[in-house]
Amino acid sequence: MIYLDHAATTPVKPEVLKEMLPYFTEEYGNPSSVYRLAQRNKKAIDDARAVVAKNLGAQPNEIFFTSGGTEADNWAIKGMAEALKEKGNHIITTNIEHHAVLHTCQYLEKHGFEVTYLPVNPDGLITPEQVEAAIRPETILISIMYANNEIGTIMPISEIGAVAKRHGVVFHTDAVQAVGHLPIDVKAQNIDLLSLSGHKFYGPKGIGALYVRRGLKLPSFLHGGGQERGRRAGTENVPGIVGLAKAIDRAYQDLAAKNAKIKALRDYLIDGIYERIPYCRLNGHRERRLPNNANFSFEFVEGESLLLLLDMEGIAASSGSACTSGSLDPSHVLLALGLPHELAHGSVRFTLGEDNTKEEIDLVLAKLPAFVERMRAMSPLYEEFVRKNS
Amino acid sequence: MYSQKVIECFMNPQNVGEIENADGVGTVGNPKCGDIMKIYLKIKDNIIQDAKFKTFGCGAAIATSTMLTQMVKGKTIEEAMKITNQAVAEALDGLPPIKMHCSCLAEEALKAALWNYAQKNQLSIEGLTPPPNYVDEEEKHTHSEDE
Ligand SMILES: Cc1ncc(COP(=O)(O)O)c(C=O)c1O
Ligand code: FES
Repeated sequence: MIYLDHAATTPVKPEVLKEMLPYFTEEYGNPSSVYRLAQRNKKAIDDARAVVAKNLGAQPNEIFFTSGGTEADNWAIKGMAEALKEKGNHIITTNIEHHAVLHTCQYLEKHGFEVTYLPVNPDGLITPEQVEAAIRPETILISIMYANNEIGTIMPISEIGAVAKRHGVVFHTDAVQAVGHLPIDVKAQNIDLLSLSGHKFYGPKGIGALYVRRGLKLPSFLHGGGQERGRRAGTENVPGIVGLAKAIDRAYQDLAAKNAKIKALRDYLIDGIYERIPYCRLNGHRERRLPNNANFSFEFVEGESLLLLLDMEGIAASSGSACTSGSLDPSHVLLALGLPHELAHGSVRFTLGEDNTKEEIDLVLAKLPAFVERMRAMSPLYEEFVRKNS
Repeated sequence: MYSQKVIECFMNPQNVGEIENADGVGTVGNPKCGDIMKIYLKIKDNIIQDAKFKTFGCGAAIATSTMLTQMVKGKTIEEAMKITNQAVAEALDGLPPIKMHCSCLAEEALKAALWNYAQKNQLSIEGLTPPPNYVDEEEKHTHSEDE
């Protein structure tokens, strides 16, 4: 199989799994217990916390483990809203956030909060000036994703962090697609809260973390036992935490070299598609994007049918974001770029990983043009287009 | 998520294309997902001689287009009127619940093509009402020439 859906999830690397395995069996103690079996687990969690912190430029006591990116987003946004509701009720975000942020903001709107969804430009970017202009006296939180999961565009996070700091507004970023793929320094970038998720960088699923800047009062989200210093109750997912730490550490090793390789392959794919397939467009900014992301709209064809044809050849890609493929609405991200309905429907997202090879990309480039042609031959939109232009 | 039959019909679609001087042409858009299906019918002596389709849509939409065009061929208009989206879906060994509306597209496109045939020949077909989501081909052409 040729796996080109690394933005959806990644396989756990063998060296990550190896670190995790003992914590399912021999090292099964509950970290909250007093005997040595349990204390070794407590230490494993502390060590993992230090590793995660180090890779983000944070302090260990600023890292809180969660069940994944979704929980971290929910906690950061609902928690800050609750903590600061006396101060104000206004939140600033963008119209291309992941649903974990968008739906959380919509939920808060039903509970008296006002949300500004900054519209991105046709490249999928917002500017720090847009953020600054949206700030009001009652603004309590800015939540802007680091990199978009569908089109891979990278937001000007450092600049937005500077704006937030200047105005004294708390700044959260959903960095689920960025952690392990882009260098991050929460202090230098003035980030107050940052969400991450293990399975996007060759770690396990169901484990993530929220960075909370020291001094920021974020109320707990899950109430119960005293785990995570009383801020996130529940017996820790020790194998997950250990795996997350190993995964983030290995992801940031030789990052520049790995990214250069992936980017070269990705550019080869983009150039190859442009050369071979007429009437297509790359969605998202050409340069300011994750090195592994290529998101194309193929005019006159619908994305799912292309995915099915690719799947028959053992090529796994996605259309829109994986979580929304169960719904019929075209991607809110592509619509936000100003794409008409049909183009938003005809998108295919290829996201490369560390192990993809040039041979694999060559196979995609060999198959895809015929697939697009085949679907166009069936398309009433293409028929109309040809008639108009003949 | 799809049945083997759906995949088969999608991978080897039948009756793709246009019919020159078709007796009935129906295009419908799916308000749920934005997909579009166009059905061409050749009708002689009240019998559907040939049916072809063009579809912009998901795998289920292509598969139902194939199945529907196969099902209507050789049928009288009255028989064709009885084909429901459930019947098309059943012939495909079922569709995932979220994809049932794709089979509605097929039923509506057929009705739209029959409606177009009835309009052209000033016939009235029992049980046939102006189809929802109907795109009038003639109107669209005059429209596009203005552009
Ligand atoms: C940008 C973004 N935010 C949040 C999430 C949710 O993360 P998780 O699957 O760990 O809950 C994802 C991935 O699905 C994502 O891509
Ligand atoms: S999803 Fe649109 S026709 Fe199936």
